[in-house]
Amino acid sequence: MPDVAFWQGNEALAHGALAAGCTFFGGYPITPSTEIAEIMAEELPKIGGRFIQMEDEIAGIAATIGGSIAGRKSLTATSGPGFSLKQENLGLAYIAEIPIVVVDVMRGGPSTGLPTKSAQQDVMQARWGTHGDHGTICYAPSSVQECYEIAIKAFNAAERYRQPVLIMSDEIIGHMREKVIPPTVKPEDLVDRKRPTEVPEKFVPYRPDPKDDLPCMASFGDGYTWHITGLTHNDWGFPTNNPEEIEKMMKRLMRKIDRFRDDIVEYETAFTEDADVLVLAYGSVARTTLRAVHEARTRGIKAGFFRPITLWPFPDKELEKLARKVKTIIVPELNCGQMVLEVERAVHGKAKVIPQNLVNGELFKPDDILSVIEEVA
Amino acid sequence: MPNQEVFNWLRTRFFPHIWCPGCGHGIIMHSLLRALVNLDKKKTQTVIASGIGCSSRMVGYIDACTVHTTHGRSLAFATGIKLANPELTVVDVMGDGDCTAIGGNHFIHACRRNIDITAIVMNNNIYGMTGGQISPTTPVGSWATTAPAGAIDPSFDICKLAEGAGATYVARATVANPKQAEQFIQAGISNKGFSVIEILTHCHTQFGRKNKRRTPIDNINFFKSSSVPLAKAKDMAPDDLLDKIVVGEFVKKQIPEYTAQYLAMSERVGGPKNGK
Repeated sequence: MPDVAFWQGNEALAHGALAAGCTFFGGYPITPSTEIAEIMAEELPKIGGRFIQMEDEIAGIAATIGGSIAGRKSLTATSGPGFSLKQENLGLAYIAEIPIVVVDVMRGGPSTGLPTKSAQQDVMQARWGTHGDHGTICYAPSSVQECYEIAIKAFNAAERYRQPVLIMSDEIIGHMREKVIPPTVKPEDLVDRKRPTEVPEKFVPYRPDPKDDLPCMASFGDGYTWHITGLTHNDWGFPTNNPEEIEKMMKRLMRKIDRFRDDIVEYETAFTEDADVLVLAYGSVARTTLRAVHEARTRGIKAGFFRPITLWPFPDKELEKLARKVKTIIVPELNCGQMVLEVERAVHGKAKVIPQNLVNGELFKPDDILSVIEEVA
Repeated sequence: MPNQEVFNWLRTRFFPHIWCPGCGHGIIMHSLLRALVNLDKKKTQTVIASGIGCSSRMVGYIDACTVHTTHGRSLAFATGIKLANPELTVVDVMGDGDCTAIGGNHFIHACRRNIDITAIVMNNNIYGMTGGQISPTTPVGSWATTAPAGAIDPSFDICKLAEGAGATYVARATVANPKQAEQFIQAGISNKGFSVIEILTHCHTQFGRKNKRRTPIDNINFFKSSSVPLAKAKDMAPDDLLDKIVVGEFVKKQIPEYTAQYLAMSERVGGPKNGK
């Protein structure tokens, strides 16, 4: 690993995944995420890892889940249309509790949309894209350095909580080049799934550990036999129609994220102590926003900045506290208003929430956001 | 009754199974388990993947490393598992709809890659679990709930499809000859490459009822009277084969296997020996 690198966001994500211990990538080419697959194709065979270009996006995530079932930390990367195609198998990874990391380098939609232009139109799909209830862990990087760091966090979270973890990057972050100082990653910085220690005859694959509510995971090939299914199942992993068993499984799936919510949630703030106007932004838009907030301050406006790093779980409690102190929250997004719904839910009328939306394929300019700050200040 | 060695591969705690009385799927499961026992396979090193449908519920009843995936996608999951750990024996059981309709793309690409997985396609010519709709192997003229005036879609020949796409072992048997099914499955698992064994089975509940093969016995008798061994079929006129089921081994060839090729490539670019 170089001491200093000049990378694209996609490169940093790939190198971060490798630093996290990723040894399996299954995927399919799609703009603007393809560099991640290309780097994994280059690097994984050199370290005994596995790369496979599958026949389609659906197969890409299926192979990735397969890689994880066989014991490897596994990654797939895609963009909007591919993210749509992956949703069904993503659901299988949720219900079967298979750790994987999925990157969506967002582009404009719907459908084929704007393959080479940035957008933030998939953030609600990240939460609700696959059918059925489940908890979601989803990160949104806003710099190339952070792509590297979030890749490691995402793998750690996937392994710790035994579920898919999403990284919602966007075309700007993915293709922008910046200086990166890759942090030294020590073995103790990395999390591996808890493996069963009991004799195979005593192994109950979905029986949660009372300490953390999470079951241990055996890999295929390491001495245990067990059953994985996309059907609602009991502790044995076997399909069930028993109302008690159904409820037990569903509630634990939800609870495992709720319970560790405070450990997972990440956000960043600036100038919030005395702010009257708060601007909440994530991903590439957060960069423009921070510049606009700085500029507003030089003009004597008490503007503040709030950046969710985890979109899901959303830092709602933390935002709600700030909402009691500010008058207005502006939410600029490269979509027609998605995370603003979550902001309104969190703020619950305590401050006025103003969406600012851009869907013409362009980026916000700092002045665009500054002018809204000035209007409401 | 199965012998004790076969019995050891069953998860009897999960019985009774969901299949209708007289279903052919149990015959195929028994053939598969006998093949695994004959080959002295270890349960902890044997993966059996499946998709969705009656046939795919088989994996729940087998005490091995089993994964019941999404509809049509099981070969893609199995490909990931096999590539991640090539030392595992990987079998994939599918129905005709699972394999050749929704899973058609994964099927032809698994054949093309020649990855060391054995696909067992349990072809009963119908979607049974959802109540009897046409599949890509429903014969023209058959009745189904989604072909109330008779099927007009031409059907796939699964073995020809597999051969054309590059599978290195391709065979067909019927549930009327479970010993032959066992031999073909055993040969398929022993083949270092992608193997396809199509096994004609019956859904008397959803297909037979509407197509004059109401009982399991009607179907077994139909398979017996319609089966023609490949050697004999070679001497018959195409028109005489129209309503026949040609059984036998269609492809047996050796070409480099995918995971072996991968590990060799990995070693060439500086990776560890044998990928470890």
